[in-house]
Amino acid sequence: MTLATLVFTLFASLAIISALLVVFARNPVHSVLWLIVTFFNAAGLMILLGAEFIAILVILVYVGAVAVLFLFIVMMLDVDFAQLRSGFTKNLPFGILIALVLLAEMGIAVIAGQAGPVIADAPPPLEQSNIVALGELMYGRYLVPFELSGLILLVAMIGAIVLTHRTRGDVRPQDVSKQVQRRPEDAVVLKQPESGKGVEL
Amino acid sequence: MTYNFAAILPELILVFGEPVLMLTASTMGARATRLTTWGTVALLLAATLAALFTTEPGTAGPLFGGLMSADPFAVYGKVLIYLSGAVAIIAADRWFGDDVLHGPEYPVLILLATVGMSVMVSATNLVTLYVGLELNSLAAYILASYRRTDARSAEAGLKYFVLGGLASGILLYGISLVYGFTATTDFSGIAVAFGRDEPLGIGLLFGLVFTMAGLAFKISAVPFHMWTPDVYEGAPTPVTTFFASAPKIAAVLLAARVCFEAMGPAVDAWRQIVVFAALASIFLGAIAAYGQTNIKRLLAYSSINNIGFVLIGLAAGTPAGASAMLFYMAIYTVMTLGAFLVVLSLKNAQGEPLEAIADLKGLSQTRPGMAAALAIFMFSLAGIPPLFGFWPKLLVFNAAVEAGLVALAVAGIVGTVVGAFYYLKVIKIMYFDEREQELATSCGPLEPIFIAIFALIVSPLGYLLIGPLGDWSATAAGALF
Repeated sequence: MTLATLVFTLFASLAIISALLVVFARNPVHSVLWLIVTFFNAAGLMILLGAEFIAILVILVYVGAVAVLFLFIVMMLDVDFAQLRSGFTKNLPFGILIALVLLAEMGIAVIAGQAGPVIADAPPPLEQSNIVALGELMYGRYLVPFELSGLILLVAMIGAIVLTHRTRGDVRPQDVSKQVQRRPEDAVVLKQPESGKGVEL
Repeated sequence: MTYNFAAILPELILVFGEPVLMLTASTMGARATRLTTWGTVALLLAATLAALFTTEPGTAGPLFGGLMSADPFAVYGKVLIYLSGAVAIIAADRWFGDDVLHGPEYPVLILLATVGMSVMVSATNLVTLYVGLELNSLAAYILASYRRTDARSAEAGLKYFVLGGLASGILLYGISLVYGFTATTDFSGIAVAFGRDEPLGIGLLFGLVFTMAGLAFKISAVPFHMWTPDVYEGAPTPVTTFFASAPKIAAVLLAARVCFEAMGPAVDAWRQIVVFAALASIFLGAIAAYGQTNIKRLLAYSSINNIGFVLIGLAAGTPAGASAMLFYMAIYTVMTLGAFLVVLSLKNAQGEPLEAIADLKGLSQTRPGMAAALAIFMFSLAGIPPLFGFWPKLLVFNAAVEAGLVALAVAGIVGTVVGAFYYLKVIKIMYFDEREQELATSCGPLEPIFIAIFALIVSPLGYLLIGPLGDWSATAAGALF
């Protein structure tokens, strides 16, 4: 068993275990944290395949944006946070341990990725980098689906506006010239309050 | 790499027209509703003409390196989709009226959905297939919850979104398995891999099953039909009209292309699935419709039932079967659009839309014309012989018998008889029950014309169409083999 296979087994099994924990964790916040572990392991698998650009995207987009968004949504759910916070110091070592495991995994992935390809008959490495290869495919062969994905985003945008935007009567828009023209005499009243009596406005 | 943009002229017209309409809408606000409505209809008609007249059979080869195709099959689907989309937009204009929730975004969303659907019918690659499907589905989720202050509409949108997301996941899983075991997303390449693998490997078989399950959801075939009655009932009626027509055509044509072009060599594997889905859809659609009290739910079960008959044509797996499917979809669209247009025009004295079947009581006395039209559509949906709805059913059964599936055809005929009951019940309520409340129908000037034309098409006069429509659907189906 080579180093690469060993590392592959590590990432793949951790990905499956953490994915199972996402489903079985009783606390939704823990579920999201396990989801982050799953994403990290998926990124590690990508690095082993030599797709480092996708690996970075997985971490940036899924961990950085999607999982954090999930976390926000989960925190809006009706979870008893006082109870959660009480266990903070107790859980802290565990949290640090997970963070260290993730850090170690990233190191292992980079070392193993440099050691050689995992697949026996992997395609010969290209002269061009990952990003160039992906860009050429996206703007060349797969131009039509790429442009259509843009349309999908447009639909999502229109939909978000259609479903949430409404004209309200009570909005108070900013009127800059009115603000600038306002004089101190109109806005400020000077009073001399006597002690113990308060102010009549 | 050079691109043949002339072949996708219909899509280009829609895609470039859309931002113009959207910008008009964003500057003019709700006043632009009328303008975008008719602008979208004009774009759809222009795209129909472009689809009919610019694509010569010679240019029907693979486009963009095999991602899409503008063959006669795609053209057939596009023409049906654009026209039924236009009808759904026109019908909505009057129905929503001056509803504060109605805005210029409605026609634009339908326009974007039609772009997705025309990509669906032209896709010859799993990547384009999925992107087109999502473009259509996403617009559909929004349209379902379009009347967002109406709890039923919001619920319909959410249900559709969650179940649609699940179905997309199943479909993607199937696609990834197919890609993993064939190393290509091209339909022609997948067909080569399916032809070589004899008997089918377990991985490919799983990929096929999951892909079929995902597609079955989109055409709302049993056992993936659960969303249909709820979404059809909750969505605003013009949106339901749209859902029952254009997306159905697109999904059925997409399923046909995947089955014949990509998985053609594995016909024995998918035939079992299709036969099961066909019979289950026919019988569940017919039996579950009995207890319905809402006309939109009834029409939802009717669409499930009709999809079952279409799938019999698919199960035949022959050019005749494919051609019968296409013919069936064209006539089904006319019947369904007609029935929904009548439902759209039913209002009570206060001008509120009516949806209960009981509200139809005595329609023959108040609005004899509407009642007669609805009766024609119902008889035709039931497949009762003098009306044109009978002919596509006959074609489908014929194709099944020719392909040696006699038992399937017989079961289908039994299903027709079972299903006829609830269609006839509607007619009985309209003609023989006493009127209980005042009915005021209201519709624009165009709707009665549409209803009259659709009623004429499905009347016995429609048999004149057998020649031209039969030829056209045969040419279109021929492109798949």
